[in-house]
Formats: sequence, C-alpha cells, structure tokens
Amino acid sequence: MANSLFEEKLYSDKFIVTTEIGPPKGADVSEMVHHIDLLRDKVDAINVTDHQSSVMRFPSLGGCLLVQEHGGEPIFQVTCRDRNRLAIQADLLLAYFRGVRNVLCLTGDSIDVGDHKEAKPVFDLDSVQLLKMIKVMESGTDMAGNELKGAPSLCIGASVHPEADFIEPQLVKFDKKVAAGAQFFQTQGVFDLGSLRRFMQYASQFKVKILAGIIVMSSARMAQYMNDNVPGIIVPQAIIDELATAEKGKGLQKGIEVASRLIKTIKQENLCHGVHVMAVGNEGIVPDILEGAELVTIGR
Amino acid sequence: MIDPYQRVLLLGCGTCMTVCDAGGEREVSFLHSALRLAQAKSGDGIHSFLEYTVKRQCDPEFIDLIADKVSEVDAILSLGCGIGVQALAERFPDMSVLPGVNTSFMGMAKESGVWDERCAACGDCRLEETAGICPITRCTKGILNGPCAGTKNGKCEASKDMDCAWILIYKRLERLQQLEKMRRFYPPRNFRAIPRPKRITSKVSSTGEENG
Repeated sequence: MANSLFEEKLYSDKFIVTTEIGPPKGADVSEMVHHIDLLRDKVDAINVTDHQSSVMRFPSLGGCLLVQEHGGEPIFQVTCRDRNRLAIQADLLLAYFRGVRNVLCLTGDSIDVGDHKEAKPVFDLDSVQLLKMIKVMESGTDMAGNELKGAPSLCIGASVHPEADFIEPQLVKFDKKVAAGAQFFQTQGVFDLGSLRRFMQYASQFKVKILAGIIVMSSARMAQYMNDNVPGIIVPQAIIDELATAEKGKGLQKGIEVASRLIKTIKQENLCHGVHVMAVGNEGIVPDILEGAELVTIGR
Repeated sequence: MIDPYQRVLLLGCGTCMTVCDAGGEREVSFLHSALRLAQAKSGDGIHSFLEYTVKRQCDPEFIDLIADKVSEVDAILSLGCGIGVQALAERFPDMSVLPGVNTSFMGMAKESGVWDERCAACGDCRLEETAGICPITRCTKGILNGPCAGTKNGKCEASKDMDCAWILIYKRLERLQQLEKMRRFYPPRNFRAIPRPKRITSKVSSTGEENG
C-alpha cells in the first residue's frame, strides 16, 4: 500500500504537479493558509520549505500540518542545516505520527546566505545520509541501532541539479541518492530544456521519478539577482532578455508566460515525470501558471 | 585588556606563532614599541612592559624557564596560540594570563602573507578517500558524499572567493583515476572519534606515569 496519496500518484502514469509554500516569518499563518486553500486542489502536493535560503521562519513541519488540516497533501522539506541526527529523527517520528508521509531530504543552504549568519551550522548529516537514515528507521531501529516502538514508513525524495555548470560530480551524488532510496527528485530550477533532456537520458536508467523545478521570475532584475546570489542557479541570458522586454509593471506576467511555456513543453515532449513549481514569494500566481501551461485542474 | 595591570609580560612563542608572523619575537617587539608609544602619547599610562619569547608556550619544560620573570609581573599578555595561553594559566595559577592574539585556525602558507585553513584536527581523517583535500575543513558544510547544488564556477555558495572543496576533490580523484572513492557511500561522521576535550596518551609516557 502506498504511504501517501502523492506516492500513489507518483507511480501512476499521471504528469505530477507539485509546488511549494514558504512559511511566514512570524506566527501569523493567515496568508499561508490562503495560499494552501488556493493551491490544494490544483497540485498533487505542496512542499513546505525548511528555513529556505537559511532565513528563519515558521517551521516546515508546522506548515505541513497546516497543509494537511486544510485538505492539502504536504511534502515535508527536511534540511540538515539546523538539526542534528537526534532532532531530525524525532521530527520524522512526529511527521509520520501526524500523517505527514512525504519527505524531501536536502542538505540545506549554507548559513552564510541567510539572515542568521552567526548561527552554528549543524550539518551532522548530509542529504545522502539523511535518506539512508530514513530507510534504517523504516526497518525498525533508530540510527544508533536501537529498536523503535513504532517505525515510520515514508515516501522520500531528494533534489538534483541538471543545470549545474559542472554536472559530473552532481551525477555522482545523484547516483548515491538513488542508491540510498530516493523515490522522487525535484530538480533545481530548470531554464534550459537541453540540459534537462541530457539529464533525463542519464536518469532514465533508474526507476525514480523526476519532477523538473520551475522557478517563476518577476523581472529581469530578479533573474540577475538570482544568478548573483542564489546558490547554484544559472538563468540563461536569453530568458533574462525576454523578461527585460516586459512593459513596466508586467514583469511577473512575462515570468508566468516563461514558466508556463517551459511546463507545457516538458509535458508535451514527455521530458520527465512532472514539474515542481517554485513561485518564490508569489505563491498566489501558481494557478495562473498551470492554466497557462494548459494543465487542467487536477481535483482530488 | 591590560588596563588593571601595572607590570605586564609580553610573551611570544618561538614555534608556530613565529612561523605565521603572529606572535614570535618580532611581533612581541613591535607590540612592545606600540604599547609604549600609545602610553607616551596618552600621557597617563602606568604600565611597565617586559618582553620575552619562549621556545614553545605549549610545553611545560619551556614554560618553567620563565617562572622568575613571571614573578616580577602582574599579568602575562601571551602572543601564543590559545593553547599557549591555557598552558600558562595552568602553570601559573595565581597569574592573570591574557590572549594577545585571536587564534583562528590551523593552516598553511598559501603564498607569502596568505594562510589557508587546512585541518580541523577532527580525529576522523578522510584524506585517503578524498585525494588529500579535506571536505570537513574546506567545505563550508563539511559534507561527505559529494558537492551540494550550491556550487557555481567551482566556487562555494557561501563565498565566491572560496573554492568548492568537492569540485577540487572530484577533479583530483579523476586525475588520479580514483573516482570510485567518491562513488562510495560515506556514513555520518563519528563526532566522538576522540571525545572532546581530546587526549592522546602515548604508551611510553603512560607507563612512566604509572611507575611514578
């Protein structure tokens, strides 16, 4: 039996659509709930980010519980940056207990890119070790080999970067994540479908599901900013130029167009198993992007 | 820092701190001149300084040699590393010992006047598997199974001036035709490989202690 509705869809032939919501900086979750209500029936699952870009926020697991309470299917993003192996195992037990059954395993951005630059970086585990740890917990013991009274069972995923400027070392790591038990991958933002095609030629040898990451940009300036400041992201000049053609105040509209076009092509050409839409602070526009990509409302 | 103390011993260290231009005889002499000058300028100084450099501040045998000098002062401003400061504090329980340098890392001279950190002295050495490049020290996340996705142009997401350790490791393993070492899974680190505070006891000296 599948661990979750999302896992069930993952192994159907359906084109998967996921998105993500960044929890608020503070305890007022009203805007987040608004976004959950807006998105829950339009996507197959909603990721809740874990202090994305190392900026302190309402917790990922708390956000997942909100998604669930409001009728959505959550994916719990877990990074290794802020918690050691005890804390992560404990959070996974709580997630499982409360019915949060999809976990995305990430190393986590460097503390240096965030808003608490003097904090202690934990990184007790890395993403590969985190995936392995979950498999150990599923087998009935904690990481130290002690028996668990009630073992979790989860649908686990990881990330991969098809557009890295030096792909070979990334593929070595991808292989390790697959071997460690990752069932699905959300890619870092994809802009150049050529690199996605090349990556899929490689990845298709594995029985894992690949969801192409789609980042929605609101202006050429934002694209340039991401190139300069966001870890790993490389927006091609052609897309920056296209965004720059937008009339004043219509940048986001152009960004939606670009994202919709990418998604549409990916689906039409059957390039991978689905998409993961990252609207980075503009969660409200995700339905417009899906509509632009002619992805019908999914319904549940 | 030295305000409350009238007579201060400026104490250099003749080994590592000399080599890294941070606290050897030369730096002690510079500091001595600077302090005297500052005092003369302000006109209300009360301090008198004594300067000296021992061979090694981390070794009781060398510290013992300065016991008479220490008896003449109210405080020691040590230009040794953090270990030197603590070794002095242990040897002279009634003496205030102040850190004259801010010990930052164990490194190597990359070029003249540039030092780079290379070893975290973690007691869990991986250098055989990583082509002699330490991911624990040189990767900002200290991760063991390959690069994160934040690397760009061979640099680290934490700083554009810093090489990504895992890209260096990959390239060197490839050059040595040992890439299979990177394809292995490395389990989480054992942070208690040597419990902290760490102690290593060589058999010869422990036998001596037992006999004593």
